[in-house]
Amino acid sequence: MDGFVAVYIFMLAAFTGYEVISRVPVILHTPLMSGSNFVHGVVLVGGMIALGQAETPLEQAIGFVAVLLGAANAAGGYVVTERMLAMFKSKEKK
Amino acid sequence: MAIKWLIDASYFVAAVLFILGLKGMSSPVSARKGIIWAGVGMVLATVVTFLTPGMGNMLLMVIAIALGGVLAWVSGKKVAMTDMPQMVAIYNGMGGGAAAAIAAVEFARGEMHGMVVTLLATLGALIGAVSFSGSVIAWAKLQGVMKNAFRLPAQNAVNIVLALATVGLGAAIVISPTVDPMLVGAFFILALILGTIITLPIGGADMPVVISLFNAFTGLAVGFEGFVMGIPALIIAGIVVGAAGTLLTQLMAKAMNRPISNILFVPMAAGGGGEAVEGEQKEVGAMDAAAMMRYASKVIIVPGYGMAVAGAQHKVWEMTELLEEAGVEVSFAIHPVAGRMPGHMNVLLAEAGVPYEKIFDLEEINADFAQADVALVIGANDVVNPSARTDKSSPIYGMPILNADMAQNVIVVKRGKGTGYSGIENALFYKDNTRLLYGSAQQAVAEVIQHVKAMSV
Repeated sequence: MDGFVAVYIFMLAAFTGYEVISRVPVILHTPLMSGSNFVHGVVLVGGMIALGQAETPLEQAIGFVAVLLGAANAAGGYVVTERMLAMFKSKEKK
Repeated sequence: MAIKWLIDASYFVAAVLFILGLKGMSSPVSARKGIIWAGVGMVLATVVTFLTPGMGNMLLMVIAIALGGVLAWVSGKKVAMTDMPQMVAIYNGMGGGAAAAIAAVEFARGEMHGMVVTLLATLGALIGAVSFSGSVIAWAKLQGVMKNAFRLPAQNAVNIVLALATVGLGAAIVISPTVDPMLVGAFFILALILGTIITLPIGGADMPVVISLFNAFTGLAVGFEGFVMGIPALIIAGIVVGAAGTLLTQLMAKAMNRPISNILFVPMAAGGGGEAVEGEQKEVGAMDAAAMMRYASKVIIVPGYGMAVAGAQHKVWEMTELLEEAGVEVSFAIHPVAGRMPGHMNVLLAEAGVPYEKIFDLEEINADFAQADVALVIGANDVVNPSARTDKSSPIYGMPILNADMAQNVIVVKRGKGTGYSGIENALFYKDNTRLLYGSAQQAVAEVIQHVKAMSV
């Protein structure tokens, strides 16, 4: 990737992250932290590609760990966030 | 290269879904939709990655995803709402570990294209590894596996030396033209130790801010590794979370009136600090407590983590309903850091069925305490400590507190005479208009309910 294009992506993504969160009510801090935790679970994709290219047993072992941890981050982050937010939903109905 | 195009397009859609998801999660109305969108993005990104040309080790990959995914899914389903913070910590640590492991694979392959790539891979590895070991310690502390804050002599000096050594090794990796396995190994070990040592002395009360900080760290690490792997979706998701997490960390630290640098480098003095409090604690029985609230016109309940641990929120809501039937106006006052994380207490009360309209935050309700007949403090301590307003020597001086002491009467439900989580004496407990109702929150509130029922007949 061209160096400066990446720098632009970094910058724009940083502003986006800041803006998206800036007006969040306190009651959503915990679910939001959990939700953003889920989003960086996309590291799973990086782990998969790393493992996909791994050749030696050492590389395969570390790649396996990367995918395992990434999958746990994504799956766990989703379940926990969904459970917390589901409670807000059910209450609104009442 | 139709496949390549499909993959890139899918990553793009996933990145958009992540941002929309986070946006959705920042409002109560759309929060549920937000997480589902982000989830769709995640599934899409994962599935198309299998199509990447030239991928090997497919079986290994499927096993790893199934194992990690199922274990985390099941544990996430089972965990109690009170234990959410440490669960978030551990999942976050895994993400950091994954980012560090990706860097490790790249180092092992020894194909770094240029110094910038190596630099970012190293940075990501450092941040990811620190986030991993730090989050594991945070989990252990909140879970109660590790009880006490553990402080090395000359902790800050050790931190600095260790950090410098780790950064030095990292710099050596970046500069050296070939990959030296010994160097890389030593670097990872030092980075893991660094995360552990930094987190060990931090007290449980400060942990939410630290978890949030590590969450932002992991985001950055993922973003950097995304650059190394050449996947823009990773860069965007990682950096967005890094920025959002940093802001969230600042908001939390502000709510606790503890600058982040203080949390990391000046841990609260355990069991000390502040002026000694004169006077004695006056006890009250469940029946008198019930009468005080039953015949009041306005009661404000201040719930704390102690209530949540005792699982008393359902009882508290039952009591609230009884009091309201008797014509008492009851509201809940939530301190920004009630529970273990901002918003944690709202989630716990929501679980018990307490409606939104009864829950108020600090700014909304603080003026109302003066008109309240009774402030009922259940399992909360530091957030109602008036020393935070008056006593400059107190470790929590300056922290915004709920003005429970302004109410006509204060009833504090408390297990025993000891100090709370932070070990700071609470002047509120010794005030003339304060009565202590001893017992576990669950049992004490149950007794109050019995007496209130008896009075209503």
